[in-house]
Amino acid sequence: MKYYDRLIFELSHPGRTGFSLPAGDSLPVPEIPAHLRRQGDTGLPEVSEVDVVRHYTNLSQMNFGVDTGFYPLGSCTMKYNPKINEEMANLPAFTGLHPLQPESTVKGAKTLIDGLDKALSEITGMKKFTFLPCAGAHGELTGLMLMREYHMARGDAARTKVIVPDSAHGTNPASAHVAGLDIIEVKSRPDGLVDVEDLKPLLGPEIAGIMMTNPNTLGLFEKEIGKIAALVHECGGLLYYDGANMNPMLGKVRPGDMGFDIMHINLHKTFSTPHGGGGPGSGPVGVSERVLPYLAIPVTSGFHGNFGVMVKAYAYILTLGRENLLMAGPLATLNANYIKESLKDLYKLPIPTVCKHEFVYDGLIDDGAREGVPGATTLDIAKRLLDYGYHAPTIYFPLLFHQALMIEPTETESKETLDAFIDVMRTIAEEAARDPEILRSAPHNAPIRRPDETEAARNPIVCWQPNA
Amino acid sequence: MSSFAYFPHTGEDIRAMLERIGVSSLDDLYFDVPADFLHKGEYDLPSAMSEQEVRSYFEKLGAMNTTLKVFVGQGAYDHYVPSVIPYITSRSEFLTSYTPYQSEISQGTLRYIFEYQSMICRMTGMDISNASMYDGPTAAAEALRMCVACTRRRNKVVMSTKLLPNVQQVIRTYMKYPDMELVAADDVLAELGPDVAGVLVPSVGKHGGIQDLEGYADRIHACGALMAVYCDLSTLAVLRTPAEWGADIAVGDGQSLGIPLNFGGPYVGFMACKKDYMRKLPGRIVGQTVDGEGRRCFVLTLQAREQHIRREKATSNICSNESLMALWVTVYLSLMGPEGMRKVNELGSAGAHYLHDRLMSTGKFEDFMTGRNYLNEFCLKPLVDVEKLQKALLDGGYFAALQLEDGTVTFCVTEKHGKEEIDGLVKIVEGL
Repeated sequence: MKYYDRLIFELSHPGRTGFSLPAGDSLPVPEIPAHLRRQGDTGLPEVSEVDVVRHYTNLSQMNFGVDTGFYPLGSCTMKYNPKINEEMANLPAFTGLHPLQPESTVKGAKTLIDGLDKALSEITGMKKFTFLPCAGAHGELTGLMLMREYHMARGDAARTKVIVPDSAHGTNPASAHVAGLDIIEVKSRPDGLVDVEDLKPLLGPEIAGIMMTNPNTLGLFEKEIGKIAALVHECGGLLYYDGANMNPMLGKVRPGDMGFDIMHINLHKTFSTPHGGGGPGSGPVGVSERVLPYLAIPVTSGFHGNFGVMVKAYAYILTLGRENLLMAGPLATLNANYIKESLKDLYKLPIPTVCKHEFVYDGLIDDGAREGVPGATTLDIAKRLLDYGYHAPTIYFPLLFHQALMIEPTETESKETLDAFIDVMRTIAEEAARDPEILRSAPHNAPIRRPDETEAARNPIVCWQPNA
Repeated sequence: MSSFAYFPHTGEDIRAMLERIGVSSLDDLYFDVPADFLHKGEYDLPSAMSEQEVRSYFEKLGAMNTTLKVFVGQGAYDHYVPSVIPYITSRSEFLTSYTPYQSEISQGTLRYIFEYQSMICRMTGMDISNASMYDGPTAAAEALRMCVACTRRRNKVVMSTKLLPNVQQVIRTYMKYPDMELVAADDVLAELGPDVAGVLVPSVGKHGGIQDLEGYADRIHACGALMAVYCDLSTLAVLRTPAEWGADIAVGDGQSLGIPLNFGGPYVGFMACKKDYMRKLPGRIVGQTVDGEGRRCFVLTLQAREQHIRREKATSNICSNESLMALWVTVYLSLMGPEGMRKVNELGSAGAHYLHDRLMSTGKFEDFMTGRNYLNEFCLKPLVDVEKLQKALLDGGYFAALQLEDGTVTFCVTEKHGKEEIDGLVKIVEGL
């Protein structure tokens, strides 16, 4: 990866063009009345097609992707993105469909969505899915709206509070707020699990439900889920399953069987569709029998959701088939535990139990905090990993630990890849003990050094200006 | 286990790894899952397909669809997609990357988002754009939420009934659950009052009419509310911009800039505002800074607004957005430039006006556009049986004359459809 410092605007030369349009049959062009017409210039760059191709190719070469190397990114499930999926989603018979076309002309698309619905329902134990949500957080929002519909339909509209564990993804409380719900936080026990005793006094007639991630963000299976489900249902609430961590459950556990009423699943995590630098994703929401009557009520996106992403996820499911789907979860879990066990002599492992798809170290054992003992912080470790050709793990999340390093390898990574990563993590620990400055000043081999983020926030430059 | 292309583990690997972990089987890794919850047996799903089988299955599904000549818009526009775009956007460095939190190895993504934001600012006339939203309708709903966040003790918002039906529907959904009041009105200015936080109006109405928003900003601002304008990004190359109308927030969909119809998604919502409201803008924002060696670089910035920092106090719950689709738009606008954008609007408008006049001359419609200015989308009142009209068009390979709730039928023309195809459509109508 090499540094390239141009912006498309800076390549602009008046009079240059990169488009190719039909001449247009000499039909008269109607005049737009002056008071409705754009006054100022568009200020768009004027560049040739070659300029565009070279510029964006150069930009791409400053980027790291799953195809570049290993992404041990916790709670993000960066698995391999199969190429056949892309090709199928790009078939003109799908990409050329207008979303409002009559039913009779979109039978293939509908069959595909139905097939995906049935497959997801079977894999999760839910009754049916809506595909409107375009991302995980969007699924959470849609799911919480369904939770409210359920209570409102029963004349139980006073249920406006939702319980969220302190280990939850940040989107959980944020989505609850957007859905008009108040948040009650329930603390985790020292072993990382939700405390059932702490939960009990919180339950009552104002509780709409609880949002759970299982396995949670520490990679731990909430084994009291049966008891929690019974308590929440008894008080009249519903259980929401945050499917961001569904990958290790593939083949092993179905949220519906655990008593969950509503869930979302991230097709861009569990079902291999690419993250695209932050989207497009897809976060379909599945419901149990009792929420089924309300499924169509919240219309949270413009047409049918991110259909193109659904095509890819369905291709993935058909490729794996029932036999390989069974193996995805266990192999992901195997990989996570293998890394966890291989580094615990050098990195603090606050919860030393078998994990699922991910686990959390609380930084190096020698984290630089002890006087006279050299060491490095989680941020330094993360930045040094970039030098060695790895993406960094998720850092400083969950918020339960000060130096959290959250690692999730997926089932598509080989033992050799994990061994090489483990070696590098050991080397970094040695470097931290010997010469921590190497870590503090990392990365050294990336296209840029550490950016000044404080300055970016203090003096925001968010739009290109000529001569700026 | 038998080998599978996406799982690199050999039996030997698995044995060695289990040994390191100190358990004897893969099942042991699930020791903490109560037996009641362990899924027994296989899923009721088809057995694994080879790549060839997957391909032929999807081709079969594709063949069950009918590819039509699309003459309907309503929020999804059938524009030509230049070859360069999918070529660039399918580069795996863009496609398979994560959200650019690790800026040192994500400068490619961060730079194109910065360019995208800059282009959105230029097209709308606004000061700051976020890195994208899910789609136009959700961006519209978020804009009204933002109006409430930007004003004190006001929780009423007003939307125009001239907005596209699906935009109105998503806004209704988003406003139903929080403590906010939504009013839908044809004359939005008549709804202004001391409790109104914001007003959303379209720049082009659902019937295709270009809206004259002269005086709206003054009236809305005088009552202490914010003005948001919903627009189709492509048309802003030629139409008066939200900023030129005096608006505070601009939202809409960018699908018309090089993104295929895709049966409704993925598209890309955009959202931009005046700088006064920067800290209330939802979603990710990329900003410019310097690295340790003083070189220009880009980072995700102003993150104190976002859910991963602020949790329930965030401006929105949005996390993943439509980053790669923002790249589609950025590459499209780079290729088109000012001249291409002007021309593409002219081609659509010329085609639409020609189609409109030809359809009127068939005597099968009453005009709906008299006194209205329009670009590439318009409505007519049918004087013939609509079902018969639609069926005849469909039989001829056309998707056109979609009926709106008020009984009018809508048409849209883009540069993809020349005179010959337009004449073909008219001929079918004449034959009724």
